[in-house]
Amino acid sequence: MPEDKGQFDVAYVAHLARLQLTDAEMTQFSAQLQNILAYVTKLNELDVSNVEPTAHAVPLTNVLRKDEARPSIERERVLANAPESARELFIMPKIVE
Amino acid sequence: MEYEAVIGLEVHVQLKTHSKMFCGCATAFGAEPNTLVCPVCLGYPGVLPVMNAEAVRKTILSGLMLGCEIARFSKWDRKNYFYPDMPKNYQISQYDLPLCKGGRVGKFGITRIHLEEDVAKSFHFAETSGVDFNRAGTPLMEIVSEPDMRSPEDAFAYLTALKEVLIGGGVSDCDMEKGQLRCDANVSVRPVGEKKFGEKVEIKNMNSISGVRRALAYEIQRQIAAVKRGETIVQETRRWDDDTSVTSVMRTKEHAHDYRYFPEPDLMPVEVSAAWLAEIRRAVPELPEAKRRRFVAHYGLPEYDAEVLVADASVAAYYEQAAAGSKNPKAISNWVMTELLAKFAENTIAPAQLAELVAAIDAGQISGKQGKEVFAEMFATGKNAAVIIQEKGLAQLSDAGALEGLVDQALAANPKSVADFKAGNAAAINFLKGQVIKLSKGKANPQLAGEILARKLQG
Repeated sequence: MPEDKGQFDVAYVAHLARLQLTDAEMTQFSAQLQNILAYVTKLNELDVSNVEPTAHAVPLTNVLRKDEARPSIERERVLANAPESARELFIMPKIVE
Repeated sequence: MEYEAVIGLEVHVQLKTHSKMFCGCATAFGAEPNTLVCPVCLGYPGVLPVMNAEAVRKTILSGLMLGCEIARFSKWDRKNYFYPDMPKNYQISQYDLPLCKGGRVGKFGITRIHLEEDVAKSFHFAETSGVDFNRAGTPLMEIVSEPDMRSPEDAFAYLTALKEVLIGGGVSDCDMEKGQLRCDANVSVRPVGEKKFGEKVEIKNMNSISGVRRALAYEIQRQIAAVKRGETIVQETRRWDDDTSVTSVMRTKEHAHDYRYFPEPDLMPVEVSAAWLAEIRRAVPELPEAKRRRFVAHYGLPEYDAEVLVADASVAAYYEQAAAGSKNPKAISNWVMTELLAKFAENTIAPAQLAELVAAIDAGQISGKQGKEVFAEMFATGKNAAVIIQEKGLAQLSDAGALEGLVDQALAANPKSVADFKAGNAAAINFLKGQVIKLSKGKANPQLAGEILARKLQG
């Protein structure tokens, strides 16, 4: 389940990030992350009720490009980086959902 | 106890652009696998996505056509999940500040429209899965409806009308077979009169609008039957199988995704200025409902004709061009609906040529029956009606002077019929008219021949 305020469920977050942690790591990271959270919580002391939420740190908008197609890269080069390829596809262990 | 269904739809629409959402790779359906890819749409680390202006414009245009409120300020977010169809492990989407909010499709409300990138296509083999990244990064618009629908027919009507508007605006081709329009449905049931919603089930994998209708009909019955047996509906995702016509569990609530959205640092927000909005507003086409009303009012067409002609924007445009140059818009409509519609894609007849054919028939130059023959020839050769009438010697004899000669011949050759007519047998004129047509080798304009005969017999 998602963690409560101030509490950090390391096992859950590790699962979301697809990380496999040992029990020792779990304990270690839990304590570290708890510290980091406590530190960041300091921000709550600020009164931001009159401050507009920021979407981006840089004050810039509408960075757009024209809708023009450009050549892609050759498939040989694309698939050269695939761990495995066949039928011109990236191949991986079977995924089922 | 009576139950009712509550339905909301999430529709994904691929926008009709030349290039992808955040890179310059071309968008095309059916290209050789992994040929329309680059480091950006393959999800390599360290690349910089750059927004396609046309995709943003088409999303805003969709919002305007559907009566949405267009956001002055909109931003991008990362939707985090692990699946090989998106190897950077997040999809760029919009979470709390979508481009459009509110709006309607007919009597059903829209919650929001946001823009995102499509994901890759996966194929499943016996031991492995394979991924083609051509589709990854295609501009994808998600339209979320309010839970306003109460029956599979409502959902069918919503999707049909939505598709009509999007195609009419040139936003997308909405071909479900090519995955250009995809639909997920949220459905729950509750006792009639109950205000609270029941637990909702999401249905995926419906490949046609009628498939959506069938899946909902099945799922509503399944839920009502379960509730009547005293079972509780649980929140889950189910997959529709069109072959067996059932839904089955795909994912339960415990396995629901937790996307952990956060702002996309690589993309700047979008600000829609009043000037930009006004410019896009000028591109909003006449909507189907307004066009139908105009066809009835302006061309004097029956509602049925207007409905049929407006259903396809290119047919409607063709009709308007043909009707513009014609004194008989209803006849144009008849030709388009009965002769042209079924093979419209192969049509070679220009709108003005059809108007010319209708004029030739109305002027009595050829009969309606001959018109069909001429039409077939026009369709096959692309020639003008006048040329075909000339070549085939089809023109009716409508020259009064020439007809008078033939009438005189017929009268001279059939004194008995003339006497019968004068004795009061009015039907005798039909025989004489037949003789005139025979003498003309079938070319005499029957109406004109009849008039001349009557004048001469009574004179």
